[in-house]
Amino acid sequence: MPKVKVDGIEIEVENGISVLQACEIAGKEIPRFCYHERLSIAGNCRMCLVEMEKSPKPVASCAMPVSEGQVIYTNTEMVKKAREGVMEFLLINHPLDCPICDQGGECDLQDQSVKYGGGTSRYELNKRSVKEKYMGPLIKTQMNRCIHCTRCIRFAEEVAGVPELGSINRGENMEITTYLEKTLDSELSANVIDLCPVGALTSKPYAFEARPWELTKTETIDVMDAVGSNIRVDTKGWEVKRILPRVNEDINEEWISDKTRYACDGLLINRIDRPYIKKDGKLIECSWDEAFLKIKEEVSKTANVGGLVGGMVDLETIFALKDLLIKISGSASIDFRQKDFYIDPSHLSNNLFNTSIAGIDESDLILLVGANPRLEATIINSRIRKNFINKNTEIFTIGDPGDQTYKIISLGDNLKVLKDIENNNSIFSEKIKTSQKPIIVIGESVLNSKQGRFVLETSKSILKKNNSLSGLNILHQSASSVGAIMLQAYTNTNEVLKNEILYLIGADEINIDTKNKFIIYQGTHGSKNAKIADVILPGAAYTEKNGLYVNLEGRVQSAFKASFPPGNAKEDWKILRALSDVLNKPLKFNTIEQLRSKMFEFNPALQRIDQLPSIDVNTLEVENVEVIDSKVNYLPIDYYHSNEIAKSSKTMLECKIARQSLQKTGTEN
Amino acid sequence: MLQDKDRIFKNLYGDDSFDLASAIKRGDWDGTKTIISKGKDWIIDEIKKSELRGRGGAGFPTGVKWSFAPKEPKEGRPHYLVINADESEPGTCKDRDIIRYEPQKLIEGCLIASYAVSAHVCYIYIRGEYVNEGKVLQQAINQAYENGYLGKNAAGSGWDLDIYIHFGAGAYICGEETALLESLEGNKGQPRLKPPFPALIGLYGCPTIVNNVETIAVVPTILRRGSEWFASFGKPKNRGTKIFCISGNVNNPCNVEEEMSVPLKYLIEKHAGGVVGGWENLQAVIPGGSSMPLLPKSTCETILMDFDSLIEAKSGLGTAGIVVIDKSQDIVKCIARIARFYKHESCGQCTPCREGSGWMWRMLERIGRGEADIAEIDMLMDVTKQIEGHTICAFGEGSSWPVQGLLRHFRKEMEDKCDPQKYYLRENII
Repeated sequence: MPKVKVDGIEIEVENGISVLQACEIAGKEIPRFCYHERLSIAGNCRMCLVEMEKSPKPVASCAMPVSEGQVIYTNTEMVKKAREGVMEFLLINHPLDCPICDQGGECDLQDQSVKYGGGTSRYELNKRSVKEKYMGPLIKTQMNRCIHCTRCIRFAEEVAGVPELGSINRGENMEITTYLEKTLDSELSANVIDLCPVGALTSKPYAFEARPWELTKTETIDVMDAVGSNIRVDTKGWEVKRILPRVNEDINEEWISDKTRYACDGLLINRIDRPYIKKDGKLIECSWDEAFLKIKEEVSKTANVGGLVGGMVDLETIFALKDLLIKISGSASIDFRQKDFYIDPSHLSNNLFNTSIAGIDESDLILLVGANPRLEATIINSRIRKNFINKNTEIFTIGDPGDQTYKIISLGDNLKVLKDIENNNSIFSEKIKTSQKPIIVIGESVLNSKQGRFVLETSKSILKKNNSLSGLNILHQSASSVGAIMLQAYTNTNEVLKNEILYLIGADEINIDTKNKFIIYQGTHGSKNAKIADVILPGAAYTEKNGLYVNLEGRVQSAFKASFPPGNAKEDWKILRALSDVLNKPLKFNTIEQLRSKMFEFNPALQRIDQLPSIDVNTLEVENVEVIDSKVNYLPIDYYHSNEIAKSSKTMLECKIARQSLQKTGTEN
Repeated sequence: MLQDKDRIFKNLYGDDSFDLASAIKRGDWDGTKTIISKGKDWIIDEIKKSELRGRGGAGFPTGVKWSFAPKEPKEGRPHYLVINADESEPGTCKDRDIIRYEPQKLIEGCLIASYAVSAHVCYIYIRGEYVNEGKVLQQAINQAYENGYLGKNAAGSGWDLDIYIHFGAGAYICGEETALLESLEGNKGQPRLKPPFPALIGLYGCPTIVNNVETIAVVPTILRRGSEWFASFGKPKNRGTKIFCISGNVNNPCNVEEEMSVPLKYLIEKHAGGVVGGWENLQAVIPGGSSMPLLPKSTCETILMDFDSLIEAKSGLGTAGIVVIDKSQDIVKCIARIARFYKHESCGQCTPCREGSGWMWRMLERIGRGEADIAEIDMLMDVTKQIEGHTICAFGEGSSWPVQGLLRHFRKEMEDKCDPQKYYLRENII
């Protein structure tokens, strides 16, 4: 633990950190452009220069490791002059077009120039002009503003794993480009917009929409996948203008996927904003009362009501629906599974990502079984890649998930390999014996009624033999899945579908035979299943209500209301509460607090907000199962169109088209 | 004055053939085995005692540099020796003549140095423009292999060594040792951050010693004739012999091997046939390649050519590429041309150099054309100070020092150019 002195303050810091970090610990702010905690050190902006005793020149604090006895000054005349010099150089070729720049108000260069910039420019020559670069439908470029910090290059290479960005030419002609001017082939690409300290890379869909100070900021969580990335929703009036990541070291660090960030324009389009009733095969607008009375009429005919919840439904709504179904028919015929999906609810750990997302960093051996983390849970894939980069961990796969941005070793695509591993007949069996923290990631593609039980039990058996049951990980794809399991909202999808009345909440994926059925659809978007409904009730999207969600680790997180539902739409649990009154089966809660306390009574584990579940994974029981000879069949994933919000989003459509054109070889037709 | 018997590079002018047989006649590969049999410590010690300083420009003591390499290579981390033959400094052409006329000296030096730093692989990074020189060097390497001086048990010493030539693509910055390593690895030639220094983390992350061609080429002779012999030339801390490259407005531009601390005037008058139009016609001299500040005539009268004397005169020995500028030259335009070179060769990685080198060039051009305001002269000084010492590599100094030299010694000429009346007067006379 070296002791260093920063501006006379003596501090003891960890070994191996940089002088810049030491200065921050001492409470001294160091201006920087190229330095970023999560990227490698480039040391090229030269803004972070500090004075160090025994060094004739100022040193770049981001690149200088601390060592015993360093005496650092951050506020001397030499430092000030050096930084002012660098700032002047940065500004001579920077177009001072802040009034028309989208970065204005949240621009590092703007902020730093207030402190270090000169009053007037001494540079009277022509400024450099750089041609715009095409980087796809998400990233708008204005390369005149680029200060060549290379954060975007380093992000693409290190975090996203797509080394498609780079610099060409030398000296003042240096340009950042994708060389071929194609879309960045990454699901994390838009993070470069946040990383760019100036307005060179800005958000294309958000271009000229709003200024940062006009926006109302709400810190909430994302439901596009089961990861539960922490986000900030920026709204102006009703409209969600943009979504930005929030730092959460345990989940998304500070990255979010492109879908999380840009599906938000789907919240404005194709919305259900009033109730509808089907009359003569046509959906007619109606009032809430009419819709409720119609439901009452149908419910009076039969008590066989089944409920299906979709992938983006919060805990409160699931709980309220389940409660209502019990009130109506005595037992809850409810499920969250819209496809052939095997779960083993006997122990919660059978359904969780037990290693935890942050735990991936410590793993030293990874096996993917029918999982495609790049598309199923992009943030988790970036963690696996981080581990791969830092520790050169070997990553094996059963089945071919395609390019995952890191090297994967295939063990074939037949699931009986798992049995071979268990019986020490595979190269993986040797690896796992010497591994301290092996993890197995099981994708939804193999969790079907045919293969699921075999895959789950054999994986557990392999891990148990190596005393690492905590390496059992189920890669869920929907934000509602784990929550629904914790609320016991699983009977059997086929059983649920046999009911005469079906209550769908955001269940858009499943195909339903409408014959002799009365279908109630409660949701946000005019989806496929909204069209076949007999009654449509307008609900609220995830940015429009307070709600709890459980991510794939089993971590309960709160989403907060950033906007409000459009038109006559209401928050989902309130709709169910109002409907229960009309049906004369009133639910016993009137506020969300009462609802939550009921829910916590039902499952106390749900109270542990923002924490990992406290369950002992080692109590998992392993059953012996027959070996099956069956191949991994990946379920098709339409990444940019995986849910109704994304399907309604114009940006996601553009991304999808851009991705398709990337895959074209030029030899079609 | 250096006597013929003390010259290391006996074939510096190509009078004799470069091939192995002639080289052996000139004394190369004589007792290499015996030298190596004396051990690494002896070699490094002997080089330290000879006070040999790196000939690539910075003048770092070679023996000390070698001693930075870990004693024994760790498993999976081989050591490398890299020879910097990317001689791109304007005004410098010594390595070129060593490579084409005395390649065996370099190859023998590579073997001894590789042994001293425990390297089994040596890369010679040669600038792309030296196509013919590269061919000669490859021939020389092939001859050495054929005669058992390279490869397994090179020269019977028991040490295995392979030498590979790598051609650069003509970037000045790739002569900077870390940029050279980046380029050698196949990346864009941009200097790395230091620390860590290449001696610990260099090529492919392994310990690497990077030396200039001339430094390595003199090593065998030093070890054969003894460190005392080498250290008998020059002043303390500036020992040995050195090839000086004299060019510009002299009657007989040449490369010449002389002892260190030789007077500049003597070099020009004796070896280069004097300044064109006589000594009185001298305006300034750039003593160490284009990146060093120039010296006015008054300093040139007495200055000794070695590292420390030139630093005292606020210049530097650099690569000892002496560029003589006579009075017929427009000194501002000369330096503007140098500034243009540095603007063109800046790698663009770090801010001060990327943005500042172009600014300096444009200002100098304006001053040279008489378009500038007198205030711009002070601004130019400011800009050079803002670049100097704030960059990742020494290129910042290299690009700003020549301009600072101009401002230091020729401010009056610059001011005259900024004064419209005087400028046009002068232009009309010429």
